[in-house]
Amino acid sequence: MTDLPPFARPALVDRSVVAFHKVSIAFAGQPVLENISFSVAPGETRILFGPAGVGKSVLLKLVNGLLRPDEGSILLFGEEIANMPEEKLFPLRTRTGMVFQESALFDSLSVRDNVAYQLIQERVPDDEIDRRVREALCFVELEETFDLFPGSLSGGMKRRVAIARALLRQPELLLYDSPTGGLDPVTSTTIIELIVKERDVYRTPSILVTHRLQDAFTLCSHRFDAELGRMVPLPEGQTDPSTTFLMLEEGRLIFDGTLDDLLRSRNEFVREFIE
Amino acid sequence: MATNTIERTAKQLVLTVQDYSVFAWRAFLNLWSPPRYWPDFLIQSDIIGAGSTSIVLLSGFFTGGVLALQSAATLSQFGATAVTGQFVSITMIRELGPVLTGIMVAGRNASSMASELGSMVVTEQIDAMRALGVDPLRKLVTPRIFACISMLFFLTIVADAFGILGGAAVTVFLNHQDGTQYFSMAWEHLRYPDIIQGLVKPLFSGYIIASIGCFYGMRTTGGTEGVGRSTIQAVVNASVSIILVDFLVTRVLLALFPPL
Repeated sequence: MTDLPPFARPALVDRSVVAFHKVSIAFAGQPVLENISFSVAPGETRILFGPAGVGKSVLLKLVNGLLRPDEGSILLFGEEIANMPEEKLFPLRTRTGMVFQESALFDSLSVRDNVAYQLIQERVPDDEIDRRVREALCFVELEETFDLFPGSLSGGMKRRVAIARALLRQPELLLYDSPTGGLDPVTSTTIIELIVKERDVYRTPSILVTHRLQDAFTLCSHRFDAELGRMVPLPEGQTDPSTTFLMLEEGRLIFDGTLDDLLRSRNEFVREFIE
Repeated sequence: MATNTIERTAKQLVLTVQDYSVFAWRAFLNLWSPPRYWPDFLIQSDIIGAGSTSIVLLSGFFTGGVLALQSAATLSQFGATAVTGQFVSITMIRELGPVLTGIMVAGRNASSMASELGSMVVTEQIDAMRALGVDPLRKLVTPRIFACISMLFFLTIVADAFGILGGAAVTVFLNHQDGTQYFSMAWEHLRYPDIIQGLVKPLFSGYIIASIGCFYGMRTTGGTEGVGRSTIQAVVNASVSIILVDFLVTRVLLALFPPL
């Protein structure tokens, strides 16, 4: 466990999928993130915690260069992206998948065209697109929405389509921005089950932003059973070793560690948040 | 206090002009390097061109009609009603056709571009596009700019033609003058510099309409209220810019092709 880390696990940085080093960003003179350092190892799922408005979504957008830091270094797949020109970032972003807070589906396109957006731009043949879209929709159990438009889907279905879109090209890094935000508990569990399934089937490294403790604990304490085709709890006292936590408070990283570390943390803010 | 406000406003204005210049220039340059989104160009050409034909046609027709009504009343004092055709055709082709078409298309399309792109910004669809590795400037802005330039060129020709027809209708049916004389005067006094002037202006206006519409759409902030604000800014600035640039282009073209 590291409360207030200087630079999280430097030994892992070389082979990290993502590495932040002393990253800061401000909007209109107001600091949003200050001196943030952490890394994501291959196969690792990092849950980014914190109350609303603390800079979690901003941090996630820094990871794939949708926002630029004012200071610090960000390595994505080993490449420095803090000052990389936008046109060089596009090919790098195609190696990542991102699920946005409100799904961000293109409302004028069908579910098929939304999920296949990248493939359509790359002029992949229609038969190939249809096959891969059906596979992705099958993964999120929404095959029947193939021809529908986002306007006719529920909030939970939109998130699942967004997950299918993010997974289509089997990305090397997944970014989830509050994927259960604003959803009812049953639908939230469905979304978390999909994330657990993705984690355990493809082992894609990921960063998941949430302010819901229950989602984070479910991710840590469950695994996907391929034979049963559903999420099952891990044996009593066990947690998923590849799922770890980051916690933000007022733009600063105050925790970086495992679930056990989190539960044992003496940091007043962490204790207040988890209790 | 007042000095600070003026300084802040001036800085903001300079910054906006700078941002717009970079944005418009980059969008223009994108056409000369891949990837190019030709299907999007065709879709936008249909929306701007076919979609604006009816309003351009009607505004052109009635503007020509009004010109004929007003000019005939004045020209009759000098016994020169015979030159109504010349007056209408030259005014429509050199000035009113390009400017009116530009303003009509700005009202219809700069607003739709700003609101469409603005809605995409506030619902994170633009960020989603960037996250999927697609450049929104290439995908959304460049096709709109080139579609608007090419369609405004043809819409201006339509407006000119229907303006002359509107003038003819008024001349024949209301002023009870000879239609053959009207068309003969309209045609005989037309020179190539007049036509060049009329067809160069929509190229600038098309660029202004689409680039300003997209610029304000892409920098939308503040949710749905922000979308409304961007739409207003886009239409107002595009309309004013069209008239300003029309003045500058006219000045240059008159210097290049002086009147006889």
